Amino acid sequence: MTAPATVKKRMELEAPDRFKPVIDHDLCKKCKRCVKECSFRALEFADGMVKSVGGCVACGRCINICPAQSIEIRQVPSQFPIHANFNERVRRGIMSQASTGGVLLTSCGTDMAYPVMFDELLLDAAQVTNPAIDPLREPVETTTFIGGRKGRLEVFEEGRFRMGDDPAPMIAMDMPIMIGHISLGSVSYNAQKALFMAAKDLNIIAGSGEGGLHKDFYPFADHVCSEIASGRFGVTGDYLKRTAAVEIKIGQGAKPGHGGHLPGEKVSALISQTRMIPLGTDALSPYPHHDIYSIEDLQQLISVVKESTEYKVPVGVKIAAVHNVGAIAAGVVRAGADFLTIDGFRGGTGSTPRVIRDHVGLPIEVAISVVDQRLTAEGLRDRVTVCAGGSIRSSADMIKAIALGADVIMTCTAALVAMGCRVCQQCHRGVCSWGIATQREELVARLDPEVAAARVARLYRAWNEELKEVLGAMGIDSVESLVGNRDRLRYFGPNSKIAEIMGVKHVGEGWG
Amino acid sequence: MTTSTAKKVVTDITKDSAPISRTADDTVKVRADVRTPEGRPLHYRALNALLRRIMSEGAKHIVIDGVMGQRYIASSASQKDLYIEIHGTPGNDLGAFLDGPTIEVFGSAQDHTGNTMNSGKIIVHGNAWDVTGLAARGGTILVAGNTGYRVGIHMKEYCGMKPTVVIGGTAKDYLGEYMAGGTIAVLNLYRDISQSPVGLSIGAGMHGGRMYIRGKVEKHQLGPGATMGPLAEEDAPEIERVIGEFEAAFKIDVPRDWSNYVKVFPTSSRPFSGHYDPTCI
Repeated sequence: MTAPATVKKRMELEAPDRFKPVIDHDLCKKCKRCVKECSFRALEFADGMVKSVGGCVACGRCINICPAQSIEIRQVPSQFPIHANFNERVRRGIMSQASTGGVLLTSCGTDMAYPVMFDELLLDAAQVTNPAIDPLREPVETTTFIGGRKGRLEVFEEGRFRMGDDPAPMIAMDMPIMIGHISLGSVSYNAQKALFMAAKDLNIIAGSGEGGLHKDFYPFADHVCSEIASGRFGVTGDYLKRTAAVEIKIGQGAKPGHGGHLPGEKVSALISQTRMIPLGTDALSPYPHHDIYSIEDLQQLISVVKESTEYKVPVGVKIAAVHNVGAIAAGVVRAGADFLTIDGFRGGTGSTPRVIRDHVGLPIEVAISVVDQRLTAEGLRDRVTVCAGGSIRSSADMIKAIALGADVIMTCTAALVAMGCRVCQQCHRGVCSWGIATQREELVARLDPEVAAARVARLYRAWNEELKEVLGAMGIDSVESLVGNRDRLRYFGPNSKIAEIMGVKHVGEGWG
Repeated sequence: MTTSTAKKVVTDITKDSAPISRTADDTVKVRADVRTPEGRPLHYRALNALLRRIMSEGAKHIVIDGVMGQRYIASSASQKDLYIEIHGTPGNDLGAFLDGPTIEVFGSAQDHTGNTMNSGKIIVHGNAWDVTGLAARGGTILVAGNTGYRVGIHMKEYCGMKPTVVIGGTAKDYLGEYMAGGTIAVLNLYRDISQSPVGLSIGAGMHGGRMYIRGKVEKHQLGPGATMGPLAEEDAPEIERVIGEFEAAFKIDVPRDWSNYVKVFPTSSRPFSGHYDPTCI
């Protein structure tokens, strides 16, 4: 591969800025805090006043730290002649690539306006013939287990029971939520610490991502799911044994079929130490795992991890939702995965080629349902925990994902938004002004892990309360009874073929 | 799409055992070619559970006789002064995540030997096939014979840890792909030196480390990101070190005909910088 030569930018050929911070000079106290805090260098202080100098990404940091509330970020009206086909987005991409010749990078989940099936599903509620439950006064169970199921329970006369011989290890969580894999490297030390603190507080699991586990985070290891991805960064026997669960990452919703690429600029001393890689080199995760070219090979990696952890922790596999996800999921379960994580195409990332983020994969709503139906048809569904993520934005998405067939939902972006993220999609540039997706010490210091952890914990507790409210309204007293209960969903959208594929009835269809 | 799930009577393979004997010098011997009372060969789960028990009891020298393809032997073993002697043919993923012990195989190893190894040593007196030393970040793998495809992929060195793979014979395609550190040597001891001991796409995506190859390597055999040249003065200590380890392990003399050696190394530690456009449109 030849790297494109660095080209001197010709300003008259570059696309104009999309955002512009506008300063109300009557209110401005000239404290210059906004200038210092703008890590994208879009503001400067000159001629006795704060000025916008271009490059604003609407991260909103300046707005929030201005003591005089004198800043507002305006979305610059399109400066392009109107064309619905060659729209502004398309033309900006062309202009940028004409200047750099590179593969366009971006971060977070796709911002394209694809239909969201979650928003086209309506939930059922109990009326007359089945009573609703008041979750404030009656117990509604949200304890959720991650691990392999044997599909067999032995019950003894005296009321004891056990999960048959050679039971698979299980993790009990207080709610059906797993914080997804966000690596140290893609996010800062403080951000990852906050996620782990929140997971421990909530008694749920948070993913380590492919970045190893920093020794400072060992106290959280019983609430961490470690990850083995193709780069094997930070993966040692100790790392695998220490954590509560291990996930083999085959794919990620935001970049199915693509490896990882942490640019050398972000491989700081801290990252080098935790990932166990040389300082300042690119941390490249190969596109495939080179010991996995088949389901049989996957079975071997699952088995060797189980051997290494002495069968004490659940071993799962994460796959991106792609067109043949049902068959792949069945293979993964047959290969011995205790849990299966499916990541939909709207899922987030710290860096991905835009063309893959925006155009590859399957929406998670369809993937969950297809996988649940396929595993059930093949007699495999009761062997495995199904986790699903890829843009679960709210408790409503969570509840619908569970009703479509997931045991556990995986969420990342919502946790980051809770701690300050504005989804400006610049994570790959490493200068996150909120101290989240950056390794620069002065920026990382802006994020207080205690505050951030408390915000994440409050968010997911609130989601869990909303889950209980909806379960109660449906007359269901345990979240397990909602899993795959597609009869409590109705499709209210334009394409009944999708409803048919998801196994969901159309609005108006009853069952009696 | 519906498949039958006929219930099979499954006996618990993990409860199977194998005979253990202890010699006067505290060597623990295990036989892996026994059959269970039902006539089944010893399952890897039973063998590995037994080995873990022996290791946890503080054994320093374990001999496993009659290994018949049992997989995952000594995965994640971490006793620094443990020596494991294997007779027979161990299965895939021998010494995966290995962190300290020395494993010596008097026979051939199969695929994925030393997968994601952290430290320790694996000595194979026969051949070791595909994906040997995948993602190793430390330790040494010495193979007297030949290796297969994709050997030494994504090895990386870090903070004084430096993985080493030395192959007495030949290696096939994608040797040292994605290599980010460490040393691979292919010594080509058993064939005519005019033949290339390596396949195609050598060092594809390489961004660290070095490979020493004895014999002919042509430019078209190199993958993107890799380049080659003759040995330089500064290579002398490293190549002497790896050859010395090989000679000590196998009692084989390696010719010091330096003019026949080629060094393969990365063109850059940042092979993909410039490939991407970070402008957020």
